[in-house]
Amino acid sequence: MPDSPLFTAAAVAVIAMAIAVVVAVGLKVLRSFRDLGTDAERATYKTLHAASRAGQYLRTGLNPAGAAKASRQLRTILGCDALAITDTTGVLAWDGAGEELRPALMGLASRVLDGGHLAVIPAGELVLLAAGEGGRALTPEVERAVVIAPIKAGARIVGVVAAFAPAAGAGLVRATGEVADWVATQVELAELDVNRTLLMEAEVRALRAQISPHFIYNSLNAIASFINTDPVRARELVVEFADFTRYSFRRHGDFTTLAEELRCIDRYLLLERARFGDRVQVSLRIAPEVLSTVIPFLSLQPLVENAVGHGLEAKEGPGHISITANDSGAFAEVTIEDDGVGMDPEQLRSVLAGHSDGEHVGLRNVDARLRQVYGDDHGLVIETAPGEGTLITMRIPKSQPLHDS
Amino acid sequence: MNPVVGVAAVAAVSLATAVIGFYGLRVSRTTGDFYVASRTVKPWWNASAIGGEYLSAASFLGVAGLILLSGTDALWYPVGYTAGYLMLLLFVAAPLRRSGAYTIPDFTEARLDSRAVRRVTSLVVVLVGWLYIVPQLHGAALAIRITTGLPAWVGPVAVVAVVCITVVAGGMRSITFVQAFQYWLKLTALAVPIVFMLLVLGGTNAPAAAPAVNPTAVAPTGPYQIISLLVALLFGTLGLPHVLVRFYTNPDGQSARRTTLIVLGLLSVFYLFPTAYGMLGRVFAADLAQSGQADALVLLLPGRVVGGAAGDLLTALVVAGAFAAFLSTTSGLVVSLAGVISQDVFGGSVRGFRLAALVSAIVPLGLASMTESLALAGSVGLVFAFTASTICPVLLLGIWWRGLTDAGAIAGMATGGLLCGGAMVAGSVLGAALTPSWLAQPAAWTVPAAFAATVLVSRATRGRVPRTMTRLMTRLHTPERPLATER
Repeated sequence: MPDSPLFTAAAVAVIAMAIAVVVAVGLKVLRSFRDLGTDAERATYKTLHAASRAGQYLRTGLNPAGAAKASRQLRTILGCDALAITDTTGVLAWDGAGEELRPALMGLASRVLDGGHLAVIPAGELVLLAAGEGGRALTPEVERAVVIAPIKAGARIVGVVAAFAPAAGAGLVRATGEVADWVATQVELAELDVNRTLLMEAEVRALRAQISPHFIYNSLNAIASFINTDPVRARELVVEFADFTRYSFRRHGDFTTLAEELRCIDRYLLLERARFGDRVQVSLRIAPEVLSTVIPFLSLQPLVENAVGHGLEAKEGPGHISITANDSGAFAEVTIEDDGVGMDPEQLRSVLAGHSDGEHVGLRNVDARLRQVYGDDHGLVIETAPGEGTLITMRIPKSQPLHDS
Repeated sequence: MNPVVGVAAVAAVSLATAVIGFYGLRVSRTTGDFYVASRTVKPWWNASAIGGEYLSAASFLGVAGLILLSGTDALWYPVGYTAGYLMLLLFVAAPLRRSGAYTIPDFTEARLDSRAVRRVTSLVVVLVGWLYIVPQLHGAALAIRITTGLPAWVGPVAVVAVVCITVVAGGMRSITFVQAFQYWLKLTALAVPIVFMLLVLGGTNAPAAAPAVNPTAVAPTGPYQIISLLVALLFGTLGLPHVLVRFYTNPDGQSARRTTLIVLGLLSVFYLFPTAYGMLGRVFAADLAQSGQADALVLLLPGRVVGGAAGDLLTALVVAGAFAAFLSTTSGLVVSLAGVISQDVFGGSVRGFRLAALVSAIVPLGLASMTESLALAGSVGLVFAFTASTICPVLLLGIWWRGLTDAGAIAGMATGGLLCGGAMVAGSVLGAALTPSWLAQPAAWTVPAAFAATVLVSRATRGRVPRTMTRLMTRLHTPERPLATER
């Protein structure tokens, strides 16, 4: 089928890919011909480049995968035969020759791990020592000098860097010490990263919205007013109140689905209407495609509460709230709009930035959580002005394989 | 035939699509109807939508054309197209829904914890999508040329324009209802004319021409081709980008399975009709096969058999159905491709999505205008072969094998893509007459090769199994909490 569209299309695609490869290779070749400076400059560049590469690999801390890649870079910096990185319990990575010494290394390093001082084992003693440490009998070819330097993160010793070379000159000893210190800095950075993640998680947990005490007080009062006049309704309201608190006090998981959150809003509005009567009017337009989208737990209810509280409570006459959820490509777009008194944008900005504790702390809470979870592009978008009502929009990615609802 | 009828049918379908897309969900509800408003898409709706999106030009026009050409051998196509959903039901539907991923690249990235795999998967998905849109546009060109007498390019341009306008203007808000509507439209458009034709033929004592006649003397298909075709169709369905996106609409894994089961039923019913057209065509329109217009059989048959004003109306209905097929498949593909492209290239903004939608519709338009269609069902079959050799191994092994690694996935996709793409290019260079059957139908060897490459490289890079694997596998295979939408 010479004219078949697919064959032609495939041919076009293959040719396009071939052109892309040629261009990429050509650019690389051209770049390698550029003037790269004097030998000293190049050496500096090489060392810094190797160090920064190794730094990337060590950013997750001392683990076998990262250490294996980093040790390759560090060995080029030191220019030694072999380089090993250990933690306190075992050898993490070995790059270069003499791998048969690997079982003996922890024995040799134990003194350094305990004492915290750099140790040099001159050429000629290694085989004897290794044999003494219970290693297998080694051939004389592996005989090398070893410099073992401790990795000190803060006051703790978290591992050693061991460099193997034919002879342990002063240069190698000093450089190994410096490399070990540099690795220690990277490990500290990695620990800092871990701490920052923990802090973020703790912050999200702390931000996990609480239902407001005012709401509980107001609801109970509203229910109380029905007990004598309309006991059936009062009973229904108490059941709704119980269901609402059950949802908002739940302990498991930081995520829920849009459908469950909407149910919670339904109950919330039922209770609010017990208080406001027909003053609260609500309309909904929900695309069924996005109902199963995963969203942070209690991230919509505070927005509706804000619309009721600050939008309508302060206003005379009935107020209208409309809630929509749309399917927008790979995102679900949820909007909450009220025709209430609106907010002052400047004041709102300072609340959202965390500078002042105004009335809209609920908004800030949701905004901060959305940014934490989905990144800064996914904060709340709020359009408002005094007397003009408020429109709040949030865009949530549908794809969240790592979040359990 | 009256060209106005064809134009009117095309315009009506395009308009209906746009109107349902824009206004299908403009029904606002008050709080009393909270329960109604927050009801999830029922499996029946979603299954109709999947059927609407899946039944493309190849099914609507191509299958009947192929039966006209090669007789019962062509029945393997509808069998394969439908049975692909059995594979989807058994191996993919529920776990993929539980994964929470929205597109295939999202799934592979989460499963293998690797950006590189994501990029490769995105590339393959976009390639598959483009290759799949091209035959739809060829179908549109054919339909316009045959039924209205306008130049052929009008068809593809009209399809792309309607799709772009609705997608870019946000008209795909109620995409489920649009696609479900398209399924029932397609079914009606084939079923009503065939009933009329049978009535007319039954009343006139039509000539009992030998239906076994082989109009083009095509050599019978050998067992290798059949097996290869079935491998392509069975495994290819698993990786189609627009079908998988739809399962996200199901609230949980169980309803994803139920949806797939209904889809199987809906497709089985649908394929009865193209088969009937093909068989009738062998008796009453055998000349179409000789003149190389076999794919137009469905469009021309009602006019020939019934004739007159009634024939014109029935033709209009068939043209409308055909356009529904082009529009629904193309828009489904464009939406899912735009999702992938905007995510990976434009950072996921609203403007990026629109731009990506334009890119994913206009590139295939260019490809389609440069090429010419010979057999719709055959070209779509090759896209299935390509999907089966690239995305399917990664998807299946990702769901069912703990040992898959990122290196293995990339190796598998590269192997399958190069072998299958190479076979397609080699076939086009050699020409139909010289292409041996193992090159014309490559799936039987490219799919096992891709699986083998994936498994072997994964075994060799055992250390790269991601740490998140256990957690994700648990999520894929354990039932989720029921969604609390009922009171």
